[in-house]
Amino acid sequence: MGRYQDVFDSLNRAAMIPFFVIGDPDTETSLRIVKTAIDAGADILELGIPFSDPVADGPTIQKADIRALKAGMTPQKALAFIAQVSAYKPIPIGLLVYYNLIYQYGVDAFYRDFKQAGGTSVLVADVSIDDAEEIAPAALRAGLETVFMATPNCPDERLQQVVKYTTGFIYTVSLLGTTGERQRFSTLAKPLIQRLKRLTQTPVCVGFGISSPEHARQVAADGANGVIIGSRLVKIIEDNLNDKDQLYCQLQAFLAETLNALKTVQDDTSAN
Amino acid sequence: MKQKGRYGTYGGFYVPEVLIPAIEEIEAAFLQFQNDASFVAELNALLTHYAGRPTPLYHAQRFSEAAGCSVWLKREDLLHGGAHKTNNALGQGLLAKVMGKKKLIAETGAGQHGLATAMVGALFGMETKIFMGSVDVARQNVNVHKMKLLGAEVIPVSGGTCTLKDAINEAMRYWTANVDAFYLFGTAGGPHPFPMIVRHFQTVIGTEARRQCLDQMGRLPDFVAACVGGGSNAIGIFSAFLDDAAVKLVGVEGGGKGLDSDHHCATLNKGRPGILHGSQTYVLQDEHGQIHDTECISAGLDYPGVGPEHAYLKDTGRASYVAVSDEQVLNAFALLTRLEGIMPALESSHALAWLLAQKGTLPPDIVAVVNLSGRGDKDIGIVEEHRPIN
Ligand SMILES: Cc1ncc(COP(=O)(O)O)c(C=O)c1O
Repeated sequence: MGRYQDVFDSLNRAAMIPFFVIGDPDTETSLRIVKTAIDAGADILELGIPFSDPVADGPTIQKADIRALKAGMTPQKALAFIAQVSAYKPIPIGLLVYYNLIYQYGVDAFYRDFKQAGGTSVLVADVSIDDAEEIAPAALRAGLETVFMATPNCPDERLQQVVKYTTGFIYTVSLLGTTGERQRFSTLAKPLIQRLKRLTQTPVCVGFGISSPEHARQVAADGANGVIIGSRLVKIIEDNLNDKDQLYCQLQAFLAETLNALKTVQDDTSAN
Repeated sequence: MKQKGRYGTYGGFYVPEVLIPAIEEIEAAFLQFQNDASFVAELNALLTHYAGRPTPLYHAQRFSEAAGCSVWLKREDLLHGGAHKTNNALGQGLLAKVMGKKKLIAETGAGQHGLATAMVGALFGMETKIFMGSVDVARQNVNVHKMKLLGAEVIPVSGGTCTLKDAINEAMRYWTANVDAFYLFGTAGGPHPFPMIVRHFQTVIGTEARRQCLDQMGRLPDFVAACVGGGSNAIGIFSAFLDDAAVKLVGVEGGGKGLDSDHHCATLNKGRPGILHGSQTYVLQDEHGQIHDTECISAGLDYPGVGPEHAYLKDTGRASYVAVSDEQVLNAFALLTRLEGIMPALESSHALAWLLAQKGTLPPDIVAVVNLSGRGDKDIGIVEEHRPIN
């Protein structure tokens, strides 16, 4: 367990935040993948519980969800997984879930158990800021931080609501669309980061479509406090299902290169 | 959003943040135009001269004998396009037009909503994309062909069971990347404002049927029965009778191979409250909240969720929800076809099958109105497969 602010305070660069689906392609491999990412210098982890109908996700993460579900992953097992990750290293862990999974578990019970497992925040992909009251108070009661999404098409009044409800970091969606790798990095991210920076001191972490160390460097240069890399990493898993050594090796190399890219951008540029 | 879109505790708009501006825009336009005189006049003219409203209420006397009570059919099968879906597609299509939209997207199961959307796309000169599960593309291929002839692009969706649920997933994903398109949602489910909008454009069924009952029989019916997939034809006809406490409202779900099997789509019978496709409602799901696969002879009902107002009507007891099996449905299809010369859609045959199953339990002077939501041409291949004519 760890607090986001401690991480952001301790870095003079943008945080590297890898995303994985818990249990992809199976629990054991998934744990080794997450440990590889931690060893490669992840500052924060973003982990997803697989869902049968992930409407915010593109094909790469959809396939990861299917692999993890086929291998038997459940919300209960995901919490046990998170406890194992926390035991390996006390790193802040943001969870990404679809609402029905925590609704069935019971929102308060889920947040309590997630906190107990060492988690830091829960982002619910299909709950907008309009329904923050349904989940944010429960998160705070459980001692968790809160994370909500900001998107390029959010007007400033909505961004203000996002700011109001967010204690951890603002999950800033770089584009209009689902998760997935992109050739070019979205031009919509920079203006959104700038709008947020005018509104708040709360850290701004950018995700969706960040597919290369160069993209990561660019987002950091655009002023992001953290860079969330999902589909690109999950694709490495998909491409190396039959060769685990190769899988860990490629993940390690990609993250090391990304970290180096982030180190080339010093923090004082992120102030505006 | 201006409204919460709640039916008791059900409904709401549980969608990713990125979609909120798109549904807000549709809500605002609907609230602005639903009672706008020129909008209403244009829609009514289309419903009359383009689509063929009002549809008849027909006393099916030979079928009544078989069912053991007096059966009246609300003939949505005669509507242009062959199903009630045209009411909603015209209403929302006109809304898209006044909003200045150039592109329509829609999901479809049986292909009737896709067909209705493709018709409207052609009529208004809008680019139209229809998302359809690959299983449904195969089993409803007549409608696929029609949609293409009308100029729509049909996008087969694989994933899950390759049926309606997966088509909605993919349409929503496409919409997040193309928020300038108008998502013409096909049933009274999904995130607010769709349940409200689809209900509004389908109430014409109930309004007409209630008036026709009074005109033709001089009384209200004892029962109003309709099949329930997402619930648009059912809420359309129920809505006009909600305040008539003596009129029993019966929604009929797809019982598939039986409610004790895993092969059905009887969401209100076997599901429990949860969140799917933006709506808090009954959902067929496992103990953890993963959405169940469904299976039903009728592509239009083959869906693990249901419109939130039906969840509310179930809990309050105002409507009751039952299920019939694929076998019963095929029997009902055959019976109406042979006794009345009317070939019903397999979806609509669910409501007929429930009525047939009541035979002997209802006094013969009981009057039942069945919403015959669509015609069965699209289904003759499936019927042939199960009941070959030799
Ligand atoms: C003829 C017909 N009836 C009923 C339905 C089910 O939809 P709903 O429950 O929204 O009326 C469909 C759906 O495709 C249909 O084609």
